Amino acid sequence: MIKLSNVSKVFTLHNQGGTVLEVMRCANLFVPAGECVALTGVSGAGKSTLMRIIYGNYVAAAGEVLVGDTDVTQAEPREILQLRRETLGYVSQFLRVVPRVPTLEVVAEPLLSLGVDEQKAKARAAELLGRLNIPEALWGLSPTTFSGGEQQRVNIARGFAHNFPALLLDEPTASLDATNREVVLTLIEEAKARGTAIVGIFHDEAARERVCDREIDVTGFSPQVAA
Amino acid sequence: MTPLLSVKDVAKYYGPHIGCTDVSFDLYPGEVMGIVGESGSGKSTLLNCLAGHLPADRGEVFFDTRVDGPRDTLKMREPERRLLGRTDWAFVHQHARDGLRMGVSAGGNVGERLMAVGARNYGDIRANAQDWLGRVEIDASRIDDRPTTFSGGMQQRLQIARNLVTGPRLVFMDEPTGGLDVSVQARLLDLLRGLVRDLGLSAIIVTHDLAVVRLLADRLMVMKSGHVVESGLTDQVLDDPQHAYTQLLVSSVLQV
Amino acid sequence: MTDYNFAYLDEQTKRMIRRAILKGLAIPGYQVPFASREMPMPYGWGTGGVQVSAATLTPDDTFKVIDQGADDTTNAVSIRQFFEKTADVETTTETSEATVIQTRHRIPEEPLSEDQILVYQVPIPEPLRFLEPRETETRKMHALEEYGLMHVKLYEDISRHGHIATAYAYPVKVEGRYVMDPSPIPKFDNPKMEMAAIQLFGAGREQRIYALPPYTKVVSLDFEDHPFDPSKAPHPCGLCGAEHSYLDEVITDDQGGRMFVCSDTDYCEKRRAAGHVGTLTQEAAA
Repeated sequence: MIKLSNVSKVFTLHNQGGTVLEVMRCANLFVPAGECVALTGVSGAGKSTLMRIIYGNYVAAAGEVLVGDTDVTQAEPREILQLRRETLGYVSQFLRVVPRVPTLEVVAEPLLSLGVDEQKAKARAAELLGRLNIPEALWGLSPTTFSGGEQQRVNIARGFAHNFPALLLDEPTASLDATNREVVLTLIEEAKARGTAIVGIFHDEAARERVCDREIDVTGFSPQVAA
Repeated sequence: MTPLLSVKDVAKYYGPHIGCTDVSFDLYPGEVMGIVGESGSGKSTLLNCLAGHLPADRGEVFFDTRVDGPRDTLKMREPERRLLGRTDWAFVHQHARDGLRMGVSAGGNVGERLMAVGARNYGDIRANAQDWLGRVEIDASRIDDRPTTFSGGMQQRLQIARNLVTGPRLVFMDEPTGGLDVSVQARLLDLLRGLVRDLGLSAIIVTHDLAVVRLLADRLMVMKSGHVVESGLTDQVLDDPQHAYTQLLVSSVLQV
Repeated sequence: MTDYNFAYLDEQTKRMIRRAILKGLAIPGYQVPFASREMPMPYGWGTGGVQVSAATLTPDDTFKVIDQGADDTTNAVSIRQFFEKTADVETTTETSEATVIQTRHRIPEEPLSEDQILVYQVPIPEPLRFLEPRETETRKMHALEEYGLMHVKLYEDISRHGHIATAYAYPVKVEGRYVMDPSPIPKFDNPKMEMAAIQLFGAGREQRIYALPPYTKVVSLDFEDHPFDPSKAPHPCGLCGAEHSYLDEVITDDQGGRMFVCSDTDYCEKRRAAGHVGTLTQEAAA
């Protein structure tokens, strides 16, 4: 489902004397459907960078990034957007939403943009918010005012609203209590059972042990090691 | 898929000065494209050339018309282009008073485009205007009030209703949230996002506000001194800018 | 005869005005610019109409002038005297006798014939003016037949008053093409504009001439659910008892007394001469 071949990444800082930072070289990764792969490595090793390259958020300097049949490095913006709508989900650590939009709509939005009927989309959103223990009283409020943990759960609900065939998870269990952590891990297991290919970053080792089939240490993709 | 708008090598000069040059892109149905850049970068010039408000000096702008398929709007006769401007195109000005008739009631403002394309039933026109006021969250009781009695945010929403009432497929927006305070901006952005999604609109939004494009635009074009220096997916351009100018632009935004 | 050239204006000026009139007749409802001259009367007193009349009159014509339907008001009397003096033409107050009738704000009640010409005095020829102040833009709107704005005005009327409150200078569409200001005639007169006579419109200050050839189709703008209604005061004339003429309201005392009488004085006089009586004349007789 997700296949990276010889991917490298370079940052050129034009406004800082044209400094060229090569942060990744010859990264290879293959995640078939139904498998969950954890990215490991010390902070700054390039875990998030790799996730962002897969998502099309960062531009790869070389190589091929296949998600389904789409090569993210070559695709037109609209193709990437279509991929993100239909195929590739991303749960980041931070919630980024339009202020003022009620939580229920924030969670339902991925479904609405797929053209799912509003009733159905909201029912699905309500189900997820319920499972993630967001009090119903908050559903009509904008999540921008919520606590960090609540925002994280809203973000997860949004990421799982649509059953994406491929999913990127950035620290999905961070800042969650034991009950909600359990809910999220169950959601991940359900997704895997449906055949979702998952790439994740988990600092929570127990969680990693439980849901991940393999670990990839991204330190291996750093240019110093490769050189 | 046929692009809704296909722009090829458009250029506009002000005497020896470059307004904008070498601009080419395709906009597909349902896509929202942002054009960002500092004042004087040529983004408004480009928008006005595309919308037919300024004559371009070079290039082609193909619009996929309902009847005849793609036609070069720069070569169209003026009546045809103005008809497009009343039907399939909409233009939202930065200052609502440039896009509204300040001496005409809110209902009349919304109804004008309907009457311009031949609506002659008062009851229908009024019902339609009322519906649109509702969609842009203006209380129906204000239908007979003039926009001079409206707040800035309401005026802007009225301008949007007035533009969208004839079901355009392409909306040009020039700094639609400029000059509004942040809470009003947020409401307007939310409204625009909903309308774009529900109506399947394509839009080109000129702004210098990167937060606006992050929330509204699928794609981004960065302009500097009349040239397009970078373009791509909005979050990619903002999070991993490749060009020196874009890097400067992105790093210049104050973090809140 | 006087020392004036015939009808005051010099021959070249009259030719220029006639060319504008012919162009106007060729494109009914289109406003033709012309080089309006200074006339020995102030703007607003009918300088446009006077120039058109001057270019239209021949020594054989019989001339009539009405102001709000009356032959005996200052404006009508001065213009009639002006042409008596400068053109030495016959003048009359009888509608059927006249070959050229200059009018301010009315169309005579008596139907006009093919050998008559009606000349209107026009203050503001541009019907779109109050909605779109830019002349460059209104000319473009006429050229491209973009008349949605005209209905916005009627829409505003209905939204504010519940009906189309425009009672005079009610906009019309000519031969399905140009939207035209009929000059400030009451909307009661609008249906009469489809007539046998030639109608010429002159706006002196605004330097525009426009025209309607005989039997031109003239449609008053309206909405399907608010159709055009050429209404008038619901009274008969107090003097001649006419039921279907346009009436002036005349205040008779400071006790609220009032009467309604025909605005067309010639029409009213003729009816009375023929023996028609109104309620007021009956009372006076009693």
